[in-house]
Amino acid sequence: MNLFIRTKKRLSKFLNAFFKKRQSRIGIYGPPNAGKTTLSNRIVRDWTGDALGPVSEIPHETRRARRKEGITISNQNGNTVTIDIVDTPGVTTKIDYQEFLEYGMEKDDAVKRAREATEGVAEAMHWLREDIDGVIYMLDATLDPFTQVNIMLVGIIESRDLPVIIVANKIDLPDASASAIKKAFPQHPVIPVSGLEGNNMEELYEKMLEYFG
Amino acid sequence: MIQGVQIDLISADRLDNMTTMEKIRLILDDVMEGNIVVLEKGLTPDEQSRLIEVTMLEITPDGFSGIEMETYAAKDAAPSGGGGLFGKLFGKKGPGTRMTVIGPANQMKTIKKDKDLISAWVSSR
Repeated sequence: MNLFIRTKKRLSKFLNAFFKKRQSRIGIYGPPNAGKTTLSNRIVRDWTGDALGPVSEIPHETRRARRKEGITISNQNGNTVTIDIVDTPGVTTKIDYQEFLEYGMEKDDAVKRAREATEGVAEAMHWLREDIDGVIYMLDATLDPFTQVNIMLVGIIESRDLPVIIVANKIDLPDASASAIKKAFPQHPVIPVSGLEGNNMEELYEKMLEYFG
Repeated sequence: MIQGVQIDLISADRLDNMTTMEKIRLILDDVMEGNIVVLEKGLTPDEQSRLIEVTMLEITPDGFSGIEMETYAAKDAAPSGGGGLFGKLFGKKGPGTRMTVIGPANQMKTIKKDKDLISAWVSSR
């Protein structure tokens, strides 16, 4: 390799290190038990074959934000986007360890889980203010979307001018109503999916290409 | 002596002169004593985000379990990306905050929440 090519490569590497735009970090946000980790696992598995974290029916199973880097999503038209997926703890304004006792947990374990969950919520809010470039906001389509946490979080996301896609999850369940979510948040795209069954994921991926690309 | 719950109505003027952390401490200290706080003008989204974060740090087993908070969506919330560079350059105002009620999670419970009606139930300690 001659001197000119070697110099050119070194210069290119140097400039890339300084000016390369980092991949967008897409946070998966929402209240506890909306299916955030299930959807994160689905996205990561569909495009890399891995998984991101364990899921549970007990709220606050995810108590630390988890990031999977370099997920490349593409479609048949050749459009691609490479993102980092950040699975975040469910956001709430209250946590009482006694809630976990109802699932048969011992008191010590429940108290520990509650303490970790409070740290996780604080961490999720910090990520949203500092390190997130776009949001997938997850809602359980079987529940009323007009909750304070949902209104507040969507307001926080809007105030930061972040692109947001709202996902109406659990459409495989009989009580699910994506239309109630569309009515509550008409200013944003709402994609009905089942993260568990993998229903309608193609529409979500197309919207992710459009919004996060 | 009358048994009941103390309700503190905090004027917009009082909050306007406070920093974010002063507002959050004022609200949380009051709520942790078992009082209900009514803000004439609510918190900005950034202040709400910090309120959630600080609330989480105050939660203790068999003690304070968090807050219940009720407000309406900001009136002029911009759609995603709606503020943009133009808004920033030409001084677009932030979302209009609205009257907000905050109470201890173990004493205040939302009965019904709609676009234009919020019903909450409050108990004494």
